[in-house]
Amino acid sequence: MLAFVAQRIAQTGLVMLTVAFVAFAMFHFIGDPINNMVSQDATAEQREQVRRHLGLDDPFPLQFAYFISNAVHGDFGVSYRLSLPVGALIAERLPATLELVFVAASIALLVGMPLGVYTGLYRRGVVSRLLLGLTLVGISLPTFLTGLILILIFSLWLGWLPSFGRGEVVDLGIWSTGFLTASGRRALVLPSITLALFQLALITRLVRAGMLEVLGSDYIRFARARGLPNRLVLFGHALKNTLVPVMTNVGLQIGALIAFAIITETVFQWPGMGLLFLQAIRFADIPVMAAYLMLTALLFGVINLAVDLLYGAIDPRVRGESSHHKGS
Amino acid sequence: MANARTRIAGGTRTRFSAHLGRRLVRGCADQLIDSPATVVALLLAFGFCTMAVFAPWLAPHDTSDVGTLDLMQALRPPVWLEGGDWAYLLGTDDQGRDMLSGIIFGARTSLLVSGVAVLLATLLGTAVGLFCGWVGGRPDAVLMRIAEVQLSFPAILIVLLIDGLGRTAVSTDLHNVAAVPVLIIAIALSNWVQIARTVRGSSMAEKNKEYVQAARVLGIHPAAILLRHILPNIFAPVLVIATLGIAGAILTEATLSFLGVGVPPTQPSLGTLIRFGNNFLISGEWWMTVFPGLALVLLALSVNIVGDWLRDVLNPKLS
Amino acid sequence: MAIVLLLVNLLAAFLASSATAEIFRYSTTGDILGLDPHTNNEGTTNAMKMNIYEGLLHRAWDLSLHPALATQWQQVEPTRWRFNLRQGVKFHNGNTFDADDVLVSFDRIRSSQSDMSYAVGTVSSINKIDAYTIELVTTVPDPTLLLALPAFLIMDQQWLEQNEAMQPVRGTMAGNFANTHANGTGPFRLVERQADTRTVLEPNADWWGEPRHNITKAIFQPIANDATRVAALLTGEMDLIYPVPLQDIDRINRTDHVRTLEGPELRTIFLGFDQWRDESLDMPGSGRNPFKDVRVRRAVYHAIDEQAIARVVMRGAARPAGLMIAPGINGYPGEPMDQRLPYDPAMAKRLLAEAGYPDGFPVTFDCPTDRYVKDEAICTAIVSMLQRVGIRVIPNFQTKTLYFDKISIKGGNRTSFFLLGWTPNTFDVFNTLQNVMTMHPEGHGIFNCGRYSNPEVEQLTVQIQRETDPQKRDALVREAFRIHQEDVGHIPLHQQYLAWGMADTVAEIKQRPFNDVDLRYVVMRSGTAAAAQTSSGGDRKP
Repeated sequence: MLAFVAQRIAQTGLVMLTVAFVAFAMFHFIGDPINNMVSQDATAEQREQVRRHLGLDDPFPLQFAYFISNAVHGDFGVSYRLSLPVGALIAERLPATLELVFVAASIALLVGMPLGVYTGLYRRGVVSRLLLGLTLVGISLPTFLTGLILILIFSLWLGWLPSFGRGEVVDLGIWSTGFLTASGRRALVLPSITLALFQLALITRLVRAGMLEVLGSDYIRFARARGLPNRLVLFGHALKNTLVPVMTNVGLQIGALIAFAIITETVFQWPGMGLLFLQAIRFADIPVMAAYLMLTALLFGVINLAVDLLYGAIDPRVRGESSHHKGS
Repeated sequence: MANARTRIAGGTRTRFSAHLGRRLVRGCADQLIDSPATVVALLLAFGFCTMAVFAPWLAPHDTSDVGTLDLMQALRPPVWLEGGDWAYLLGTDDQGRDMLSGIIFGARTSLLVSGVAVLLATLLGTAVGLFCGWVGGRPDAVLMRIAEVQLSFPAILIVLLIDGLGRTAVSTDLHNVAAVPVLIIAIALSNWVQIARTVRGSSMAEKNKEYVQAARVLGIHPAAILLRHILPNIFAPVLVIATLGIAGAILTEATLSFLGVGVPPTQPSLGTLIRFGNNFLISGEWWMTVFPGLALVLLALSVNIVGDWLRDVLNPKLS
Repeated sequence: MAIVLLLVNLLAAFLASSATAEIFRYSTTGDILGLDPHTNNEGTTNAMKMNIYEGLLHRAWDLSLHPALATQWQQVEPTRWRFNLRQGVKFHNGNTFDADDVLVSFDRIRSSQSDMSYAVGTVSSINKIDAYTIELVTTVPDPTLLLALPAFLIMDQQWLEQNEAMQPVRGTMAGNFANTHANGTGPFRLVERQADTRTVLEPNADWWGEPRHNITKAIFQPIANDATRVAALLTGEMDLIYPVPLQDIDRINRTDHVRTLEGPELRTIFLGFDQWRDESLDMPGSGRNPFKDVRVRRAVYHAIDEQAIARVVMRGAARPAGLMIAPGINGYPGEPMDQRLPYDPAMAKRLLAEAGYPDGFPVTFDCPTDRYVKDEAICTAIVSMLQRVGIRVIPNFQTKTLYFDKISIKGGNRTSFFLLGWTPNTFDVFNTLQNVMTMHPEGHGIFNCGRYSNPEVEQLTVQIQRETDPQKRDALVREAFRIHQEDVGHIPLHQQYLAWGMADTVAEIKQRPFNDVDLRYVVMRSGTAAAAQTSSGGDRKP
């Protein structure tokens, strides 16, 4: 087991290196940051000077080598746009994004699972169909539009919730949290709902699909035939078996949440990594983009590992598979 | 020996498709009586497809030709409001583009991009997932790590990368032609991983079940086992993800256009139309958002209901 | 659960709102790039720096020049200017301002890392006469020296030395203390800064001048998304936002407690053509470049209905332009010359036929999507107008980063036809002539992406730089612009309007013709408790 985890950690390291490489290679296609950095009437010579200063005229392998050797030491360089150390910038933004993703994932799971079970059990019921239809409408609108509609309704018309930002945050040393202040919690409501909607619908439908499948299977019929109480059959057997595909997807969806946070954070001016990253793309702020992508790769590696370990816990049959990894 | 195996595999496929056909027909009959909503959704999905195919003949104005846009006709409200014009039933946008025609052409672009992208993603994802789940070991580890690398890149970035590559590789003339294929590939590449992971997870579970073990002992070709036994059993989650994926792909395309890298604004998709209209929501020109938004919801809704229906019909364990 | 939480929060928020301070909250699309007054040259950043730092002169909201850290000045010789410095001025940290600070700042602003060196462009040295008298020596007699000088902001020598910030730095080097901290002599001092989130200023109680503003605190919070920014104004979370998306101006003016403030900006939006390649990028193998023919350029001009663009796309918030510079720029040749060629598609077709293109020709149109007000919509409108006279325009929409990559000198000016905007940041006509309308001598034409080059205009430009007699200079400018108009070197389109949205909490604010807020001119309505609005989120009607 330990060897399996160690191997996965090593693999994650390799993944991060690859991500850094691909990220670096593709920066050559998003444009020259110099134009964004210098005054519009800077001379060609001044531009060259800045380019040299930033090391952008070095050959690509050299630039990459510098970046990696610095990154290993925890130094991701300095943002071209804000002239601030990237490490500090990301550390400042990470809590905002993780809190948003955490709340969104909780909403999606806590609402999506029961909805999935319900609509699976009463699949021909009117309420079920209505609920399914509603989730569909929710996800058929682009995130930027749902976000704006929520702002229109809850900020502009009703005046209940703030339209942008994170409210007041409490600084706990390395972590700034919005959970501890009233304005911070209010600010969380709209962005997290916006971010959760799509995942909520997905989880509902996955759980429903799994329920339908399992309920039709022989062993459930058998269990029922044996006269086991209905509740035990449902929650002891049926739900447990639907969890495998759901777990895979929830793991993946947390990644998707981080990616989609880019849009949500832009609409709500949420001071997280997504907003930072989007602004970095627009500015061709290479150090910020590279660091963001490597961090995302790390998060995904951790999430995937957790999902694989959970797999084993939920479905004992897969456990053999983990040891298989170890063996090969 | 090899011949015999091939024959078995071939036979399996024929039987599987015949089985599928029978289920579809029976499912249709059941549903027609059972759920009018499904019938409506089927008709709607069919309608959208027809609309997309015959857009140039159906649309009152050819909005695919920017030369026909007339600023003088811009910002007309729908015909039933003051200032409306029968020539522009659902009003016009800030460029004088007829909203109805825009929606018809937009649905065409959206369906093309999302449909093809999801098809590609499903094929790729299922193949990789089955392979990984079956073979396991090192190839599985390698492919799954590749998947992780890929997952670390949000769809937005993948499109930026491929778009950038495209712009550098082809001349500007070709770039305008290549914009849509580039988008399709980019969206497909951002979707396959999810399907691969799901298929892999399910097939790993199926692989150890008694019936598969039995088939193996009997010496049935692995391909036959995968196609005949495992694939049908993991088809349900794939279909759910794929149908949701079509709606998702439409939205991804819209989101990309929000970030300025979607289809060219001269050939707007439904998502692009919503993106344009989005800016006019506060100012009160609601028709620029509401109609394309409604079209998008109806399209996604019908595609999804059709997907649900397909799944219910195809699921061997139901009924 | 969520609803209960919400109600509790609302209650708490109501109870907390008792502050009566004149807090001014404002927002624009993006954050400032940093606090170092000598590093970046960008609109929002410059405005923020000038709240904190001061120059020798101050450019007021109406563009007039006033004494700031210098009280008097005098051109003692054609290349020698004497400045008397203000005495008794303190930096925010308590240090005293004197001539040494000016000298250090001069060295700093001329560093290779500084984008602000244009502010002292022709100054070769500054000599200290005594602690409060200095002399500026220029390389050539410079009639426009004072125009750019307000952007030369003065820093504290001692503070720079103590914090090892003698040189401005950017990008990959660490230790940019002056970029994250500030210490000026200006009317406001920095209290707090979180990049991309908030920058908080408070009035400098020891400022030498008489404040016109009445704010006790200013909070700057960028909001990138247009609709969100407008919503934040309408809900009362913001006292001022800019720019207001043009389509929302009406809505804002129809709403009770908010209003807009509009005025023309100094930026001119124009079209440019490739006039140097012998063969157009879009017509490989033909050996022809239609835009080398003035009749084709003129045809394009006649084919564009700028009135329609200004009225529909810009919703009236644009001033159609016939010249490459805006009124208000020093050297502006005057209204009579500021006339566009009439919109006349028939004439356009005739000219195209005359030039040998009766069936038009193909051309790619490079257009940014995130640079100018409504850039994408303007371009789309132009595409359809040109297609109607037979020119087969293929728009190439890109983000500004990619767009500038393609059309800039570094990218080899890989464009045949493009949309661009220009603001002369010295407020003088020479800047536009130098950067946009000429190629020679060396160093000219940095954004002359189509390489329009007429030796007569170039000759005149050199003379304009040197000419000290205002009347003679104006005549030279008029001549240069007349030739450029005849050549159709570029097609000016319009000056976009500034549109700011304000809540009633703001009693008065002065709008300068470039898009930024000078806090010196913000007057809040006394007694309006901004805090109450924040907490209740406003009293909107549906």
